[in-house]
Amino acid sequence: MASAATYKDRQLLAVIGDEDSVTGLLLAGIGHVTEGADAQRNFLVVDSKTETSQIEQAFQNFTQERKDIAVLLINQHIAERIRHSVDSFADPFPAVLEIPSKDHPYDPEKDSVLKRVRRLFGE
Amino acid sequence: MGRVMQIAAFSLAEVSYAVGGDIGYQVQESAKQARFRVRAKQENVSGVFLPQFESYTQDGVNDFALTGLGKGGQQIQRCRETYARAVETLVELASLQTAFLILDEVIKVVNRRVNAIEHVIIPRTENTIKYINSELDELDREEFYRLKKVSGKKQRDTAAADAEILAARKKAEAEEAAQAASGIVAEEPKAAEPEAADILGEQEDNDVIF
Repeated sequence: MASAATYKDRQLLAVIGDEDSVTGLLLAGIGHVTEGADAQRNFLVVDSKTETSQIEQAFQNFTQERKDIAVLLINQHIAERIRHSVDSFADPFPAVLEIPSKDHPYDPEKDSVLKRVRRLFGE
Repeated sequence: MGRVMQIAAFSLAEVSYAVGGDIGYQVQESAKQARFRVRAKQENVSGVFLPQFESYTQDGVNDFALTGLGKGGQQIQRCRETYARAVETLVELASLQTAFLILDEVIKVVNRRVNAIEHVIIPRTENTIKYINSELDELDREEFYRLKKVSGKKQRDTAAADAEILAARKKAEAEEAAQAASGIVAEEPKAAEPEAADILGEQEDNDVIF
């Protein structure tokens, strides 16, 4: 069970997505760069040249290491590439939310949470 | 969510059309401080703590003051508002999703507990109840049997006592009868004597002195 300390200091949103999604969400004002020498961004732009391992690493970083992220938004077609990590991540914090992107319509069949919903109702 | 994101994406397309170029790099480089943040609240739903994200914007932080300065500023402003609304929806969705995950976990735990109670604890208790019932039944039978025995004994006792009394009475009667018989036999010679004496006149009465 999540205790108070684990989520009280979670204030930020993070995003892994294609350029358009990231740009739009940054315009909304979710972008955050930590101060100090090892400046960390809370967003990752993924294009066709980005390695899957890099996405994986960013996902692990956002979900496991950083303790200030409350919600991780990830484009669904990118979540498809690291489906195993997304599916095996079951903690309530941070909440991983799969969002549609401009070029890839949202498919509820693939969403990890909706999969759990279907399993719960035994379909 | 799909529709909101669609509108937002469309407004971003408007921006890129108005600006006439890609603003992605500029936006990514100028992002410094999060303006749009979430606050986690806890809500207690029948003993389960459900987190609730609440979005708020931090005033005074504006990383994109210079974005769209040349042209397309209005579109960018509109796009920011649209995306802010979209992110609000997303945050709401995320909080519902987190609530779902936690409830799912809780349901699993509760299911395990229900199974344990149903398949282990209830049969065990039922066995105990059965055992106690059988013991009580046995005690009941014993008690009943004892009562029966006691009442039987009492009856026998009273019967014996009655018989004794009856016997005693009979004996007494017999004795009485025997006595009476002997009395009659003994009285007859006695009664013959006073008949001879005159009760009324012959004998002088003694004086009665008070």
